[in-house]
Amino acid sequence: MLGRDPNHLELALYGVMWSEHCSYKSSRIHLKRLPTTAPHVLVGPGENAGVIDAGDGIAVAIRIESHNHPSAIEPYQGAATGVGGILRDVFTMGARPLAVMDPLFFGNLDDARQRWLVEGVVSGISGYGNSVGVPTIGGELTFDATYAGNPLVNVLCAGALPVERLVLGIASGPGNLAVLLGSTTGRDGIGGVSVLASAGFSESADDAAKRPSVQVGDPYEEKRLIEACLELLDRGLAVGIQDLGGAGLVCATSETAARGGVGMDVDVNAVPLREAGMEPYEVMTSESQERMLAIVTPENWPAVEALCARWEVRASVVGHVVAPEVTPDGRSVGMLRVRDGFDGPVLAEVPAKSLADEAPLYDRPRQRPADLDAIWADDPSGDTIADPTADLLELLVDPAWVYRQYDSQLFLNTVVGPGRDAALLRLAGPGLPASRRGLALTTDSNPRWCALDPRLGVALTLAEGVANLACVGATAKAVVNCLNFGNPEHPEVMWQLSETVDGLAEACRAFSLPVIGGNVSLYNESDGADIDPTPVIGLLGLVETLVAPPPGWSWRAGDTVLLVGPSRAASESEPLPLAGGRWATQHGRRGGRPPQIDYAAAAAAAGFVASEVAAVCAGAATHLSAVHDVAGGGLAVALAEIASATGIGVRAEDLTAPELFSEFPGRYVVASDDPEGVRVRASEAGVEVRVLGIAGGDRFHVGPVDVAVELVARRRSDALIDALDRRP
Amino acid sequence: MTRIGVVIFPGSNCEYDAASAMTELGATADFVWHTETDLSGYDGIILPGGFAHGDYLRPGALARFSPVMGALADFAAAGGLVLGICNGFQVLTEAGLLPGALQKNKGLTFISGPTPLVVTSTKSVLTRNARLGQRLVIPINHFSGAYTCDDATFESLVAGDQIILRYEANPNGSRDDIAGITNAAGNVVGLMPHPERAMSTLLGSADGRVLLEGFLGLSLVGGAGDPGALQ
Repeated sequence: MLGRDPNHLELALYGVMWSEHCSYKSSRIHLKRLPTTAPHVLVGPGENAGVIDAGDGIAVAIRIESHNHPSAIEPYQGAATGVGGILRDVFTMGARPLAVMDPLFFGNLDDARQRWLVEGVVSGISGYGNSVGVPTIGGELTFDATYAGNPLVNVLCAGALPVERLVLGIASGPGNLAVLLGSTTGRDGIGGVSVLASAGFSESADDAAKRPSVQVGDPYEEKRLIEACLELLDRGLAVGIQDLGGAGLVCATSETAARGGVGMDVDVNAVPLREAGMEPYEVMTSESQERMLAIVTPENWPAVEALCARWEVRASVVGHVVAPEVTPDGRSVGMLRVRDGFDGPVLAEVPAKSLADEAPLYDRPRQRPADLDAIWADDPSGDTIADPTADLLELLVDPAWVYRQYDSQLFLNTVVGPGRDAALLRLAGPGLPASRRGLALTTDSNPRWCALDPRLGVALTLAEGVANLACVGATAKAVVNCLNFGNPEHPEVMWQLSETVDGLAEACRAFSLPVIGGNVSLYNESDGADIDPTPVIGLLGLVETLVAPPPGWSWRAGDTVLLVGPSRAASESEPLPLAGGRWATQHGRRGGRPPQIDYAAAAAAAGFVASEVAAVCAGAATHLSAVHDVAGGGLAVALAEIASATGIGVRAEDLTAPELFSEFPGRYVVASDDPEGVRVRASEAGVEVRVLGIAGGDRFHVGPVDVAVELVARRRSDALIDALDRRP
Repeated sequence: MTRIGVVIFPGSNCEYDAASAMTELGATADFVWHTETDLSGYDGIILPGGFAHGDYLRPGALARFSPVMGALADFAAAGGLVLGICNGFQVLTEAGLLPGALQKNKGLTFISGPTPLVVTSTKSVLTRNARLGQRLVIPINHFSGAYTCDDATFESLVAGDQIILRYEANPNGSRDDIAGITNAAGNVVGLMPHPERAMSTLLGSADGRVLLEGFLGLSLVGGAGDPGALQ
């Protein structure tokens, strides 16, 4: 590649750029099996964020990332800088970040360390996200022993921009300046992508020694950087722009140069430093936060300097775009040159593309787990449910303690905020053309299903996301995914990853959805034990006209409560599925096979529910009072959540205990004072409807469960607060 | 047409929301950079929510030194309308334009969400259109929202009928459930809740309108308030 031995600095550059985190060297070979195109996709995977055309002259950018390992070491800063990093990915595309979501996974809360992690992560997201001025509109909260040694902190960000302002991180025009914006560069986060993100954890003292590899965030710097960068792009003062994230300056310079097919000279002395005596490799690989690289023409430089001064954002010319070199065989190669002074000696000289795009590609060995058949055979479906009331009360968890710490309303767009099926925003923001559309977002995961069958589990997870969007009237348009897995050097983990990609590809094709971005987080293990496969699916949906809120969880006394979607009857030979469900997990029963998915039935039910709710959002008179999908914990939990939210009970006596806790896809609880109308329209759409009972009263009487609504609501609202010992 | 200036400090983040609420109510809203020293031509000034200068040191502690604050003191003394929302309220107390201070919430966490308030005085530009005892559901969104003051200040606030809004259920440990206060003249008001976030039932509540309409001096058609009630 170089035709010679690399020097120490060059080796350091390859070391970070070819890390698992930056290069996806273990996963790329599989990821290319995902469908990525659709007419409305403007930018697919591989850029800083995926972008779709949302109509009305507005494009929406979306990205999902993990910050698992930094958060395990230092939860506040790990989670905070995760938010900061993903915001930069989104405004790099020219989009104003408008919403953040945080799927979080911890071990069980009877362990003090897990409580410390939860409080640290949540306050990190709150402290950074609220201050930087981007609303946090949802997420997920999962507790499972599989995450005890390695929590997962994922973060999704969506932003919007006028469609014509879309910018890509491309350097072009030899002679143009590479301008570093934002924070000074220090020794924080050096090698974060390789030391932290590309290795697992163990009980040794080494993990404490990794703490200096965690970056420290400054939301105030980021806020000024966002405003300055968006103004730069608004005024057409930047040719290209790129964030500095993992692998810092070497990543930003080599990626922009590689995309533009040009070279770049970088002067390490021109980089403003936080501390003296930093080595060139430290300057080039530091992951100091809140920095951006802008490519600017020399003529525009004075205007850029003035604009940045107004926002109190530091701006320094650290490099020049240079023409590519032509090799003897006629190829043109853009070289990244690290220099000691612009005219000084060359410290490193490597093809930019070799750093950014030419990392080794591994096809690691894959192996179906040897004990999988035994696990499948150990199916809990058909188990006796001895105390359904106690089981239900224990399954209820209100995440409000978490999301009450997040600003979920900034920008006056939030129609449905955290804690519901999906978030729903007005598609509006500073500088955007007027629109009456709605933007819906959800993140979903189901590690219990994925552990049993990664291929089917991820498909079921995607179906759940589609159902969540339908509950707020939205039709799914695009998928992003964050694939959290264990150690790729374990063949069983690579098998899980490969199966997951195939399952996701199949489900995306079935729902006609493109994958427009993703992130792979590997080495999620501790002491040699891998986490259960945890693909997190982010879905973006649109509502055509949003002038009234969707029904939500708000039945009224006297409304008929319906189950929309496939009903299954239990039989002697085939009991209702409990495998991978929350009831089974609660009883330590982790075997069996997840339910099969009938894509046509799931899509028909989602389409029907979305159209019913979309009509409400468009302002039609409505007979619907509650719409909620049946997910983790089954029908019992779905009904209890609506009862808790309203304080109004329900009588649905004709249900068996397995019907209460069984989990399978494509089902919704709908309440209406015109059940016949719902039934007729559903029937026209080929969707089953079953009457469950009537809302009203102060008893939650559902099958064998008969308790006071007040108790259901209290147990739900207190569960998390009590587990964390944070009662006010 | 009423002309409102919305001050932007580096770190402010509710400036667009405040401006959009003003324009929706028929006013014009201009952004005023924090280094501005001339506020002539404005009928009212809003200090919006956010984290001015990062809230470093203490919320509002650095913002009080921004050049605009000297001009704002003169503007307020001349009877101009001044509204501090959330971080803006913190800035007004730090600058001495309103008495007291905002401390960290008693639970030591950030709290956000719709919160029921009760109008306890209509003697301010913000509450002049509202009804005494009126219940309003308006979002809060703060880490340092517990109002505190010494006993003498508290007695004088009570005596002057300057406590304009109280929480129905105290979320943050605020003294005497105080959510918002006014100066003695009624033209400078500060509150922790965000009335600009309660402009539409689509977003959960339209209860902020009665406050912001009052601030703009808009008469209510058939409403309960008394538009001229600023004694």
